Amino acid sequence: MTVLNVISALFLLAGAGFCLAGTVGVLRFPDIYCRLHALTKVDNLGLGLVVVGLSLEAGSWATALKLFLVWFLVLISSAFTCQLIARAALRRGVGAWGGSRES
Amino acid sequence: MMDALLDGGLALSLPFLAWLVLHTEALSQAVVLFVAMGLMSALAWARLEAPDIALVEAAVGTGLTGALLMHTLSWTEETAPETLTRATRWVWDILAATALTGVLGWAVLALPTDSQGLGPEVAARLADSGVEHPVTAVLLNFRGYDTLLEIAVLLVAALGARAVNPRTDRPKLETEHDPLTGELFRMMTPAVLLLAGYLVWVGAHGPGGAFQAGAILAGGGVVAILTTRMGTPRMSSRRVRWALLTGPLLFIGVAVAPLFSGGRLLEFPPRLAGTLIFVVELALTVTITLVLLMFFPGARPPKVEPEGAP
Repeated sequence: MTVLNVISALFLLAGAGFCLAGTVGVLRFPDIYCRLHALTKVDNLGLGLVVVGLSLEAGSWATALKLFLVWFLVLISSAFTCQLIARAALRRGVGAWGGSRES
Repeated sequence: MMDALLDGGLALSLPFLAWLVLHTEALSQAVVLFVAMGLMSALAWARLEAPDIALVEAAVGTGLTGALLMHTLSWTEETAPETLTRATRWVWDILAATALTGVLGWAVLALPTDSQGLGPEVAARLADSGVEHPVTAVLLNFRGYDTLLEIAVLLVAALGARAVNPRTDRPKLETEHDPLTGELFRMMTPAVLLLAGYLVWVGAHGPGGAFQAGAILAGGGVVAILTTRMGTPRMSSRRVRWALLTGPLLFIGVAVAPLFSGGRLLEFPPRLAGTLIFVVELALTVTITLVLLMFFPGARPPKVEPEGAP
């Protein structure tokens, strides 16, 4: 196990941690806007860390570039879909969470 | 160890997700679960070293079918169905499941264990096929008539889909001046085209080909229908009809041509085989894209008032 393996494993674990946090957020957050925030922000960071970890192990520049391209495309699409879903919810009159547990 | 964990997780989650899809009362949840199940089965195909099927499963089984289901969902006024009484049925459920598992297990165990199938034979003649990928070699050369007939079936299916889908005017989108959806479409289109082109090209020596490329293009087309003013392709348009017929006509032409020079049906001359297969795949991509796109209805069907309603 080389130093590179260890660094890669650390990135992968950190990415997995962020993805887990995002998923917990989707399941636990009170309204659609908070859930979107958890899903798009934390998951994108988690995926990015996983991509960094994987590209350290990839062995070739071409593979690493492809991995980063995947991340880039996911970033674009999740940024847009987040906005679209949030706006659709706003138009349908879904209110934002007021801050109290009961509402 | 990690592989076993991954495979075990997949093997357990697939039947569980399938059960959830069937047992969820709310339609929207069932659709989301169906998409999740499709992604897991695409992963399972990838683990089974069948990347071609994994690609098709991800693009058609999950992507397009998911989009179709979501679109249909937006037409329904969803109300949770009344819970059925399942008092005594579970006994029969268990009996039926046990019987089915038994029959399937027996069928698997009865397979000859030392048979390698036709794999070695394909590998031995791969050099004659004109391509380097065994799946493409089988689909378009060794058993080309299968693919030819499949395309005919797809055309019939497109006719059926058009017959069922509502004939409406092009949808007037409220998002006409929406910068967001337009921009997304503009940014995604080059990537979709590049990916589809790559898949057709790579089919000669790796997983890919007309079906995968067509599915990706059709996915881009669905996004276009939803976000631009394109509208679904219409069977009444001459251009659409010709585009639908591109693949079958070219394939039939290539299949029949050897008959005139003393060859047999679908017998490609080995020197030209690679080029012919690529051209046929390109033409098939056009047809498959359009067929899949014709399944996607552009507008909500007119409401039918139930009889006796005021």
